Amino acid sequence: MIEVNNIHKSFGDAHILKGISTVFETGKTNLIIGQSGSGKTVLLKCLLGLFSPEEGSIVYDGQKYSELSSKDQRNLRQDMGMVFQGSALFDGMTVAGNVMFPLEMFTKLAKSEMEDRVNIVLKRVNLVDADHKYPSEISGGMQKRVAIARAIVMNPQYLFCDEPNSGLDPKTAIIIDNLIKEITEEYNITTVINTHDMNSVMEIGEKIIFLKDGLKEWEGTKHEIFKTDNQAVTSFVYSSELFKKVRQMYLEERN
Amino acid sequence: MKYLADIGGYGIMIVEVFKKPTKWRIMKTLILKEIDELIYGSLGILIFISFFIGAVVSIQTAMNLTSDFIPKNLIGFATRQSIILEFAPTFCSIIMAGKVGSFITSSIGTMRVTEQIDALEVMGVNALNYLVFPKIIAMMMYPFIIAIAMYVGIFGGWFAGVFGGFITSADFVEGVTMDFIPFHVTYSFIKTFVFAFLLATIPSYHGFYMKGGALEVGKASTTSFVWTSIIIVITNYVLTQLLLT
Ligand SMILES: Nc1ncnc2c1ncn2[C@@H]1O[C@H](COP(=O)(O)OP(=O)(O)O)[C@@H](O)[C@H]1O
Ligand SMILES: [Mg+2]
Repeated sequence: MIEVNNIHKSFGDAHILKGISTVFETGKTNLIIGQSGSGKTVLLKCLLGLFSPEEGSIVYDGQKYSELSSKDQRNLRQDMGMVFQGSALFDGMTVAGNVMFPLEMFTKLAKSEMEDRVNIVLKRVNLVDADHKYPSEISGGMQKRVAIARAIVMNPQYLFCDEPNSGLDPKTAIIIDNLIKEITEEYNITTVINTHDMNSVMEIGEKIIFLKDGLKEWEGTKHEIFKTDNQAVTSFVYSSELFKKVRQMYLEERN
Repeated sequence: MKYLADIGGYGIMIVEVFKKPTKWRIMKTLILKEIDELIYGSLGILIFISFFIGAVVSIQTAMNLTSDFIPKNLIGFATRQSIILEFAPTFCSIIMAGKVGSFITSSIGTMRVTEQIDALEVMGVNALNYLVFPKIIAMMMYPFIIAIAMYVGIFGGWFAGVFGGFITSADFVEGVTMDFIPFHVTYSFIKTFVFAFLLATIPSYHGFYMKGGALEVGKASTTSFVWTSIIIVITNYVLTQLLLT
């Protein structure tokens, strides 16, 4: 569980996060939604410890990040996995090399043990026969799978995904969303996902927070999001014709 | 103001590079890879350029020797002096600022814009040590290719002098060995070491701290080339003043 208490983050004069508080639950897929530029990535990078908020605190299962020694902060970081928006795979390394990288850096495992571990996670993300390929040689969907494999290879307690299905076709996007949800449940991870994709909200939105202008505008589940009267949320959710139809049908059904 | 901030930022970067080192087992392979890319990969172009620069210096000196009172072996002497003192260390380093410098900036810059550097930092890797330290160590081999460039440059001078019919081989060799001051070579290698450090670190700074996308990577490479060249030329002046006078 991650508790976020009233965090503020600015870059120069630009006040990006203006006091956000929420709780991200363990074993669930927590979604941060909002328009591009609403501060989703900045919030995620605060959760990762890449940015430090000027005000407020982030507490990971009882450990307040800002009060930890730098050694404990580093240990906590090693309990975090991150899937970046563009996958951020190391281009100079093969698929297997990418996934093995954290193990090589931070464990004393023998080569064969590392290889076993890599094979297990690659199989878990349904990636076979790609170990020796380079990131540029595989599709976007496969790159995402590799990024997920690399993020979970160290058995993290926290998993952060920045727009995990951006740039993917709708079918692959749903498969990737569900893969993240399954892994979250299987390993009981606290997963936080940034997205602006309503399909993801429908698929895996167990807990959703809606960001607008650096503030948390709304919070709820995927069932609640269709019933809310919050103007900002509805205009985001029903921006596409498809979802306008969905709402119409939903209202007709109710009457 | 911005320049002051950049100088400060550069200084901080250099300190960070030496902190929290990467495991030796991994660092070793990174260093070997950089030696291959930065040093071995530059050998060809530097040899090629040095040969022709040496040749041209030799011809130009010959063309200026209009008086019969000046001994012909001055051609060999002048070629040696200009190659060792200036062309090999400084001219080659400017070429390297273009070749190796823009490669370093664009490869690190690409890692920045594609969030690969964030990925390293999230994992708890000191990205500066991981990326820049192996480049600095690899560039410590740079004086070796400059030594080769010196030989090849003088050979180019001999070749152009002898086969152009300006001087006999014996006269040229006599000129090359005449009034040899060993400290000139020391001076040259001190310069080369300093340039090597600048060539590894200034382009890294421009790549590591860049912002934006693919277009900015291109711009950063250009800026990096300009600044690396400027700093090399100024350092050259300062070191020459300090060491030779
Ligand atoms: N490192 C940074 N420096 C300055 N401004 C930033 C930085 N990162 C993000 N921003 C700004 O913060 C705002 C929110 O960005 P971001 O969190 O990336 O939005 P999104 O919700 O699309 O992920 C943007 O206006 C962006 O320009
Ligand atoms: Mg974003």
